[in-house]
Amino acid sequence: MQQFIMTLIDGINLGSVYALVALGYTMVYGIAKMLNFAHGDIIMVGAYTIVVFITRLSISVPLAMILCVAFCALLGFVVEKLAYKPLRHATPLSVLITAIGVSYLLQNLALLIFGTNRQFIVRFIDVGNFNLFGVSVSGISVIIWVTTIVIMIGLYTFIKKTKLGRAMLAVSEDKGAAQLMGINVNRTISITFVIGSALAGVASILYSAKYLNVDPYTGSLFGIKAFAAAVFGGIGSIPGAMIGGLLIGLIEALTASYLPFNLNAASDGFAFVILIIMLVLKPTGLLGKKNTEKV
Amino acid sequence: MKRINLKSHRNLIFVAAAIVVYAFIAYGMNSNLLPRATQTLAIKACYNVILALSLSLIVGFLGELSLGHAGFFALGAYSGCIFSINSNLPIELRFVLAALIGGTVAAIGGFLISSSILRLQGDYLAIVTLAFGEIIRSFIKIIPVTGGTAGLGGIPSLGSKLKTFTFSYVFVILTILVIRNIVASSHGRAITSIRDNAIAAESIGINIKLYKIKVFTVGAFFAGIAGVILGHYINFIEPANFNYNVSIEILVMVVLGGMGNLLGSIIAAVVITFLPEILRGFDQYRLLIYALALIFMMLASNSPRIINFRVKAREKAAGLYKKLFTRKEE
Amino acid sequence: MTQVELLEVNNIGISFGGLRAVDNVSLTIKNGQLYGLIGPNGSGKTTLFNMITGVYKPTSGTFYFNGENLTGKSPVEINKKGIARTFQNIRLFKNMSVIDNVKVGLHNKHKYTMFESILRLPRFFHEEQKMEEEALELLGVFDLDKEKDSLACNLPYGKQRKLEIARALATGPKLLLLDEPAAGMNPNETEELMETIRFIRDNFNMTILLIEHDMKLVSGICEEISVLNFGTLLASGKTSEVLNNPEVIAAYLGE
Repeated sequence: MQQFIMTLIDGINLGSVYALVALGYTMVYGIAKMLNFAHGDIIMVGAYTIVVFITRLSISVPLAMILCVAFCALLGFVVEKLAYKPLRHATPLSVLITAIGVSYLLQNLALLIFGTNRQFIVRFIDVGNFNLFGVSVSGISVIIWVTTIVIMIGLYTFIKKTKLGRAMLAVSEDKGAAQLMGINVNRTISITFVIGSALAGVASILYSAKYLNVDPYTGSLFGIKAFAAAVFGGIGSIPGAMIGGLLIGLIEALTASYLPFNLNAASDGFAFVILIIMLVLKPTGLLGKKNTEKV
Repeated sequence: MKRINLKSHRNLIFVAAAIVVYAFIAYGMNSNLLPRATQTLAIKACYNVILALSLSLIVGFLGELSLGHAGFFALGAYSGCIFSINSNLPIELRFVLAALIGGTVAAIGGFLISSSILRLQGDYLAIVTLAFGEIIRSFIKIIPVTGGTAGLGGIPSLGSKLKTFTFSYVFVILTILVIRNIVASSHGRAITSIRDNAIAAESIGINIKLYKIKVFTVGAFFAGIAGVILGHYINFIEPANFNYNVSIEILVMVVLGGMGNLLGSIIAAVVITFLPEILRGFDQYRLLIYALALIFMMLASNSPRIINFRVKAREKAAGLYKKLFTRKEE
Repeated sequence: MTQVELLEVNNIGISFGGLRAVDNVSLTIKNGQLYGLIGPNGSGKTTLFNMITGVYKPTSGTFYFNGENLTGKSPVEINKKGIARTFQNIRLFKNMSVIDNVKVGLHNKHKYTMFESILRLPRFFHEEQKMEEEALELLGVFDLDKEKDSLACNLPYGKQRKLEIARALATGPKLLLLDEPAAGMNPNETEELMETIRFIRDNFNMTILLIEHDMKLVSGICEEISVLNFGTLLASGKTSEVLNNPEVIAAYLGE
């Protein structure tokens, strides 16, 4: 029982980070109508900035965290400007291939700079354990949960209440109509990328704090699973990203701890099987709406 | 009448080119005039060309992105090679049968995956194919018969490099013929129409689902054959031979060759095969170059600014050509 | 020819997430008719087309074509039964040649298997030859034969519209649905288009249902029309009578 609860908590931790990443996917997909393949890799880049700032340069932790988020946002801005913006009117296939190119570029840049070896990160957020209903919960877990919930609520309010947020909603509904209403569609999409990348930055801090290591491929697999979470929750839906993320996290934690040892090598395989089943059975997701192409 | 003449002309050129290329490489191998590394790469080029052509059918013509081509490659490699290891037939026959078995098993994989994702397209479909590739690799790791993470050894060799090359080359030619004949037919036009405008294609009675299945099945079949060639040439395969990077490498071939351009895919596949040789000493930049190539190719064919630049450059070149040409006439 | 009902739409309707886009529309089109569908923007004309061609599944009502209930069938099935269409925002196969666009339309008419094409068996050449001939003939009707080898995206706008009609005709339909065929054309081109539409009707034994905003075209060639407004049927009948109906005039000029 104790072990089961530990596994659940682990799953919720993992799921919270997935949820944050899924949020970035769902925003960009909902508004720019593109799968930003490089989103996961921005998390990887973020984790490396933590390595550089905290482990190598010993910058103070809060400053390093701010720099990490800023760097990710800047990276998102640059990538969008150079690679995605010129393709606004290109076919979805071209955009997707470009995004894969960007993802691959980031991975291999990291590989060239830092090498294949896993980089270890010092424990930079150190808080004691909490006692939750008789179960000891690590401080990191609590921080992850709180951050995720705060960001969810913040983003939700931002989109519902601010002018920019409503512009984003309008663009996601109908680009043409939004343009006619005087919304600068191009700029709105660019800003969405920056916000999405900043979220990836936050996710990278939480990821680093929890797992304490990073390699060039950290982001891609993580990103794909988070995308599955976003799809499962329903693309474009913020609560959907939350539910989808938690679910994927739980499934992964449960399979990892209850799968027989000799099948462990295939644990990613099982995650992908679940992903395919989700996509095939419910491509519109739990809370998403059907997106019919205008004819 | 003229049209038909021209077409047969083109076929003749193809046959002649195929024979000349073969004769050149075979002579080079036989006399050892070709460097050892080049001989090895010539065989690698064979299965890379097959991989590129088979993916070209899916990406370049059907217009759907498959990120799991390495999965089909793996299915073919493992099934064909396991057959080959356990068979006592003469090696030549065994190789051909292995290729057919590998191709068929991969084709079944292609059929199953495509028929389960009929409702999906675009990004979702790409993600599912990626997941499929990873699933295949994961399960190869845990099934005893494949040798797991330790790899599958003892795959018989055809003997000399020349023999391996010859058999592989025949499969390359067959692949080119089959895929070209599909593309240049009513079926090819139907497939291309789905890429260009799926809704319009349906409105004139093109069955998108059926063609999706057919294209994935045929594409997977040839990827499977490529896997069998790989296995019988390096005699040892492991899951790492079929990872995501391999899928991307094949995609780079198709994209560099120009989407929907078979000859381009063939050339790109050969160039990419020899790239490590060309880049000797700079090999760590190879994957970076792939990434940049993908981005650049897409920008070059889609960015309004670059298209404008190209049109202007072409006009200037035409003007220059005209100038030179008229001067000559004077 | 006797006046047989070719298309019968009964109380058809569709909702998109609570929004009733088309509600309770009925109309009957007889064999050989040139029938117009008019109405203000957003009145549900194209949505009606999309239901009849299977792009959308109606949420209520039925439609019969040639006496057969085709409600909710797929676009492919419906096209095979003999309904072909063009699109408001032209949907050509842009990166294919002009003649190949038409040949795709002939795909279900001249069949050979993929196997036959791989081995280049006699039937391949036979059927390809026929396709080539028929495609050229169709292109000739629309005066597109000289551009047969250029890419569809390089055609001027008016010719793209024509090519779309040629492609639809290639599927051998009994009923042709044209969605704003004259959109973006100048008066001369429209005049020419009217001739072509009549020609198609007479020479291909076609029944034609068209959506159009150009009243000159509608009153010039349509024998009967229906008017949609806010997704419902406002009026139906002989063109001249309907166009003089005060309610229709009000809908067009606004209250």
